[in-house]
Amino acid sequence: MSERLAIELEGIDKRFGAVHANKDIHLKVAKGSIHGIVGENGAGKSTLMSILYGFYHADGGEIRVDGKTVTIASSQAAIALGIGMVHQHFMLVENFTVLENVILGAEGGARLGAGIGRARAELKRLAADYDLKVDPDAVTGDLPVGLQQRVEILKALFRGADVLILDEPTGVLTPPEADHLFRILRVLRDEGKTVLLITHKLREIMAVTDEVSVMRRGEIVATRETSKTSMGELAELMVGRRVLLEVEKTPAQPGAPLLTVEGLNVRDGRGVEVVKDVSFQVRAGEIVGIAGVSGNGQSELLEAIAGIRPARSGIVTIDGTRVDLAAARRDPAEIRSYGLAHVPEDRHRMGLVTRFHEYENAILGYHRDPAYGRGAFLDLDAIRDTARAEIEKYDIRPPDCFLKTANFSGGNQQKIVLAREIERDPAVLLVGQPTRGVDIGAIEFIHKRLVALRDAGKAVLLVSVELDEVRALADRVLVMFDGRVVGERAPETAESELGLLMAGAVQEAAE
Amino acid sequence: MLDTIILILDSTVRLSTPLLLAALAGLYSERSGVFDIGLEGKMLGAAFAAGAAAAVTGSAWIGLGAGILVSIALALVHGFACITHRGNQIVSGVAINFLAIGLTALLGQDWFRQGGRTPPVTGDARFGSIVLPFADSLRDVPVVGGIYAELLSGHNILVYIAFLAVPFTWWVLFRTRFGLRLRAVGENPAAVDTAGISVTWLRYRAVICTGILCGIAGTYLSVAQSAGFIKDMTAGKGFIALAALIFAKWKPVPVMFACLLFGFLDAAAIRLQGQQVPGIGEVPVQAIQALPYILTVVLLAGFIGRAVPPKAGGTAYVKERS
Repeated sequence: MSERLAIELEGIDKRFGAVHANKDIHLKVAKGSIHGIVGENGAGKSTLMSILYGFYHADGGEIRVDGKTVTIASSQAAIALGIGMVHQHFMLVENFTVLENVILGAEGGARLGAGIGRARAELKRLAADYDLKVDPDAVTGDLPVGLQQRVEILKALFRGADVLILDEPTGVLTPPEADHLFRILRVLRDEGKTVLLITHKLREIMAVTDEVSVMRRGEIVATRETSKTSMGELAELMVGRRVLLEVEKTPAQPGAPLLTVEGLNVRDGRGVEVVKDVSFQVRAGEIVGIAGVSGNGQSELLEAIAGIRPARSGIVTIDGTRVDLAAARRDPAEIRSYGLAHVPEDRHRMGLVTRFHEYENAILGYHRDPAYGRGAFLDLDAIRDTARAEIEKYDIRPPDCFLKTANFSGGNQQKIVLAREIERDPAVLLVGQPTRGVDIGAIEFIHKRLVALRDAGKAVLLVSVELDEVRALADRVLVMFDGRVVGERAPETAESELGLLMAGAVQEAAE
Repeated sequence: MLDTIILILDSTVRLSTPLLLAALAGLYSERSGVFDIGLEGKMLGAAFAAGAAAAVTGSAWIGLGAGILVSIALALVHGFACITHRGNQIVSGVAINFLAIGLTALLGQDWFRQGGRTPPVTGDARFGSIVLPFADSLRDVPVVGGIYAELLSGHNILVYIAFLAVPFTWWVLFRTRFGLRLRAVGENPAAVDTAGISVTWLRYRAVICTGILCGIAGTYLSVAQSAGFIKDMTAGKGFIALAALIFAKWKPVPVMFACLLFGFLDAAAIRLQGQQVPGIGEVPVQAIQALPYILTVVLLAGFIGRAVPPKAGGTAYVKERS
């Protein structure tokens, strides 16, 4: 079989300053196939695809599309070559209708009238051909994310894409939505389109791809036929050594409850109920994990308990101190003073001021502590000593407390936050997405720290959208769906069962 | 009574015109994601350029051309600072306002030696009234005749341009490719960029549109409404226009009504000076003059609901590095 190639990359190289994001990449993608590209966060997958889509320019190397050598100087050029991209963060204008979003950049004339009519007919055809139904007149921002993603796919197809790049498409989807997406991808392939699927989830690679390339630290380390490889092999290739998917820990020895949450209700800025009547306990010496698809109230739950987000009602008891979260005056500092520490989900938005020096971030939020100064003045020597001690203990690299925090890698930034919170010796630790955007070495370190904290008799509440992480770390798993705790399971519970709970397919009363 | 109302409405139209032109000018820029508090400065610069050029050449049209050119030049300065160099849009706008205040006074004094004024413009150097057909013969028809002859007829061409710019802007914004892209780039420039359209060039074009309309607004002040440039003659109209733009939630037709409302308050304030208001007596001039500003604050503070600006407004576009 003389295989025809849709895309061929020869020696693609790209640097961002000191970061060598893509090193001498060679990749062949067969026409009419689904080709997976798998790798850890920061392995260079997205950069590579952005080069292919003309968003960045490679420093070196050659791109061939349909056998012809091309230069892709802009997204426009990529589109003209029949390459379409569905970005991880949707590139949609939220207050536009679906139709307006689809024609943006491909309007077909200076006046919209005729183009819109043609687009409407074309959308109808695409919907029928590929099972991609979306109301063309709906306001895009009002659609659920699954449908917004469909709009992105339609955008690419409307522009005549033959090669479709999807960047981490399932991060925001529920398992059933992801399944629907995979069905669509298979239809696209059967119709002769080529799909490039970027992901860090091995399960998806196994489920839907024909071939898979593994990236590690900017390089493609292997390409395999999916049917002839296994998750274990791919994981090993991704990380570069045998991976302990399990976290080593002894059975929990839970003691008295350190964190009790009763009847917590939270509304978001638009008045929508996002946390609905949630109650649970975390005891000393256990890790309770909250699993759920992103956006089901977990973030708001954490923020409400930490006192960052106002609650409609709800009582928390932290190490014996009762706090009414709905009371008019509560603030994170007060709640922290009862023995609760919080590693927020998004370290850039809440955990760190990335323009500060490392030592400034090392005490952020604890700067009123008498150990770090008197009155209005900071004791910089004491602060830097603390920072240096934490850098040593948590193996934060580079070990320089004067460095701007932005210049640390994701994993080291996360360690800065973790060190700050854990070293204040809290009774209760809230951790959100502890390993998001963190390299594998740091992941293991962070997991070990959390388990050590548990073994020291503290209570840990863990929120993560990575089900594997929750299952590996937690002693009990609570599943959240649509703002409610829809079930409690042991971490050994089958993934399929947890998946159904996360998708809201099974509803049961939380105790 | 009817005559009084028609007179007030007539001056409402005249007073609304510069606001309307400036607010529509701001609409193009802000819809593209470039906030512009330099409307005032551009108007002032244009008013001076138009007044000076008209006085020297004796042609109102050359005045208009000069006004538009100067305003576009100032708009491009704003664009260069904010789009190309990703500077702070508010700071750049403030700088342009100061630049215009200082330069117009300085150059005016240096060129004409009349305390910052330009020489008065008359005849062809000023935009005169256009009398619509049959205005005089219909004048005596009750009600309709008065409205036609006084309210609709007898304005200068820039007034008609201003009000025609409203449907035109609506059409551009919602019925053309440029408008679609303009609205998109103000909401999510990344979506425009990934669609293969240049964010920079699109925003520059929007800023140039702003320059053109501000130029007409300034020209109106110095060679149509007044007969010559006077120091600081914009007197905050650029800011009132900005308020009208926010008040109208960045939509062209509501912008017109907002400007008419502010113009009406101004007209009523002039009319009410020295008059006895039943139950209150004579209202102090200052209170009446403050009315439009008070109303602006009150309306903006609570009565119009949330005015959501274009989402990407105020921030320069930087390609994200993944």
